[in-house]
Amino acid sequence: MGVMQNLSRRAFIVGSAAVAGGIAFGSSSHAEQAATTANSNPLAAGLGPNAVTFNPWVEISPQKITLIAQHADIGQGVGSVQPILIAEEMDLDPGQFEIRFAGPSPAYFNSGFADEFAPFVAADQSPAAEAARAATLEYLRKTGLQMTGGSSTIPDTYEKLRVAGAVARETLKAAAAKRSGIPIADIRTQSGHVILPNGSKIAYVDLAAEAAKIAPVLDVKPRDPSTWRMVGKPMMRLDVRPKVMGELKFGIDLKMDGMMFASVKLNPNKGQPMKSYNASKAQSMTGVKKILEIKNGVAVIATNSWYAMQAVDAIDCQWAPSAYPAEQADHWKVLEASFKPEFLGKEWRKIGDIDAGLKDGTPVQAEYRAPYVAHQPLEPLNGIAIVTDKGMEIWVGHQSPQAVQSIAATAIGLKPEQVTFHNQWAGGSFGHRLEYENIRVLAEIANQMRGTPIKLVFSREEDFLQDIPRQISIARHKGSVKNGKIVAADLQSVSTAPLKGLLERTGTPSKDPDAQLAAGLWNVYYDIPNFRATSYEAQGLSPCTTWRSVGASTAGFFTESFIDELIHAAGLDPMKARIEMCTVPTYRKVLETVAQMSDWKGPLGNGRGRGVAFVESFGTPTAEVVEVTATDRGIRIDKVWVAVDVGKVVDPVNFENQVQGGVVWGLGHAINCELTYAKGAVQQTNYHHHEAMRIYQCPVIEVRGLENDPKVRGVGEPPVPPAAPALANAIFAATGKRIREMPFNKFIDFV
Amino acid sequence: MIELTVNGTKHQVDVVPEMPLLWVLRDELGVTSPKYGCGVAQCGACTVQIDGAAVRSCQSRIGDVAGKSVTTIEGLRDRDQHPVLQAWIEHQVPQCGYCQTGQIMQAISLLELIPKPTDEEINVVMSGNLCRCGTYPRIRAAIHAAAAKMGAK
Repeated sequence: MGVMQNLSRRAFIVGSAAVAGGIAFGSSSHAEQAATTANSNPLAAGLGPNAVTFNPWVEISPQKITLIAQHADIGQGVGSVQPILIAEEMDLDPGQFEIRFAGPSPAYFNSGFADEFAPFVAADQSPAAEAARAATLEYLRKTGLQMTGGSSTIPDTYEKLRVAGAVARETLKAAAAKRSGIPIADIRTQSGHVILPNGSKIAYVDLAAEAAKIAPVLDVKPRDPSTWRMVGKPMMRLDVRPKVMGELKFGIDLKMDGMMFASVKLNPNKGQPMKSYNASKAQSMTGVKKILEIKNGVAVIATNSWYAMQAVDAIDCQWAPSAYPAEQADHWKVLEASFKPEFLGKEWRKIGDIDAGLKDGTPVQAEYRAPYVAHQPLEPLNGIAIVTDKGMEIWVGHQSPQAVQSIAATAIGLKPEQVTFHNQWAGGSFGHRLEYENIRVLAEIANQMRGTPIKLVFSREEDFLQDIPRQISIARHKGSVKNGKIVAADLQSVSTAPLKGLLERTGTPSKDPDAQLAAGLWNVYYDIPNFRATSYEAQGLSPCTTWRSVGASTAGFFTESFIDELIHAAGLDPMKARIEMCTVPTYRKVLETVAQMSDWKGPLGNGRGRGVAFVESFGTPTAEVVEVTATDRGIRIDKVWVAVDVGKVVDPVNFENQVQGGVVWGLGHAINCELTYAKGAVQQTNYHHHEAMRIYQCPVIEVRGLENDPKVRGVGEPPVPPAAPALANAIFAATGKRIREMPFNKFIDFV
Repeated sequence: MIELTVNGTKHQVDVVPEMPLLWVLRDELGVTSPKYGCGVAQCGACTVQIDGAAVRSCQSRIGDVAGKSVTTIEGLRDRDQHPVLQAWIEHQVPQCGYCQTGQIMQAISLLELIPKPTDEEINVVMSGNLCRCGTYPRIRAAIHAAAAKMGAK
């Protein structure tokens, strides 16, 4: 990425070029977006001589073409597909451009959140729902919120990056027309060059200076999909080769001249300060340069990361006690006591007469539980920063560039614009890199070590201890069945609030009910005449945050397990009943597809069983069938089939990898992961306590992508929620045992 | 001073003998393909070869590596043509990619031991390497493909 070469690159080049910065798009729905940000193309300020930028995503200098990835790459492949969407329209080939992650700017606001933030279920395409989404889009535009998450990269960029590429292409053609005197209509482009009628070629980089002097061509439309060379076809992710060769530099791999290494020990009672510490032993340890007190703990500065970690481990700290219950059992007690009106989040949906429905027919009720879970991407939290009198510069992989600025600035009394942020390739996130534990302490440390670049690396143990977990949740679901039909379903859950927690820590608190607690609870698309979905929000428990698929990771398990219980009580086949009850034709197709893929024919017998689950999350309907065998060594997962409708499969190979990975994530954590508190700290501090899936448990996972949805959807998270209920339902089919609480291995053995 | 050879180059490092090889490679010598994931041999992201054998470099004291030869993925012979790396690219195994250099170094060792492993043998040898992104189906496919490539030679 080349960001490390010059610490003060931005300082040197600001103001050195005032080129065609402000560009508005033409006819697309993103035209207004570009118009709003027209005067603030963040690339304009950093251009070198004779370079041009057409919009916030394309920069061409006489030396090279740079395409900007606005969404952070946390392993989901968007560091590849974003530039590919631009390159498709620009007639660029892989290898002809560099990729750079976007800095913080409202020009990169995430339009992909419009659907998720609007208060309508995804399948509702009514004028009222669409109007609400349009209003949400305007809100997002105004706030300029730049964030990677919510499986929104493709919904956000699918159109706007192709338009950005088309603007660049047409403007380069116009520059060539001006130089050659040949009409634009006779000029074409291919492989990074403008081609004139006589076959002569002009490289894009050779047109940069001239393109900077003309008005950009805005009246463009993205090409018809039938002409695509790369998008929608099996293609090679641009980061695969450098990752396999060991050449790609993650944030943790960066190095700077004069750099010192830091490690920290922070209060494991999350959010609480340190009372006192004794570092007498650590002070004399090899490599130790300095010991610093920071707001909620201590840091050691040393000559390498390992010395820093060893020394910080030797410091004895006295911590302020937790603000939440110190012991796990009391967390559950608080949850159990929170199904009360004063803790009501919201009654999200009510259909028919739920009270009458519950009295009609055979009652069914069940309680389900989901524990706190950690994110723990394999690259631990880290970062490099330097603070000088001018401000702070930080290199770190993060999903919220503007929040990195504000959190770091607030920690050390700077203004957000004094913080320069360089995003990095990240070794996973799953929601972890939306939080700020490393940002805040790195700012504090670098501020105390002014002038010295500081590299902070969390030990795995510290990362576990500071991991703000997935919400903990209990559901108490009631329903009734009569004459082979589900008559009523009353879904009630109590949880900690993940999104509200994140917003609060970001400095933008919300008083609204946490909409993520509706995910998987209210967006149920079965024809149930009496239905209600209600969330309660428990107070005073562990801080919680977004964990891959967020609310649906717990509520999807509860809902689809309970639906399975109702279907069983009604004497129906789990697959046929779901297909027959499904009210959305495209979603029904998803279920029919997974039934066909798995050749679903009812019970298997002989200790084998299949379970199905269907969850729509982030607008993406996903159905999964899990097949298990009850062996004498425990449950063995034999095979998984997945059907998922994203409207358009943009990057097919990566799509399959993402879906398989989502299934592995969902199954692995459901089987064996939980975080439990004792004395205010989590008891699980490395992977042997919180293992998730290893290869020996991994089944064959067959994936099919459908393209029937009217909108283009994301796929990073939606394969997660159906995995746990499909597995639990399969275990029931194989053994007759209902498992209503994660992790499942507390109740049944696995091979 | 402790002397070791990394990818064919001799180095002298001035660190305590208890320091793990992983951190010597990463912080002292700037060899960053071996990754820190867990520090306790639970994830395999730090896997390298010492005198040809796959080891967890987070558990190898540098004092014990003195005089030995360490190979990381950067130093593999014919790296561009290496059948395991080729298979990994063709199957597009990585997502975040952080664990993959360790997975590959372990897979190379597996294939030296068992040229044509079954799924069960892959499970046994590769289960020490954690992948949080869940690329296991592709790891399995790439190992079979690499075995076929190596068998064909």
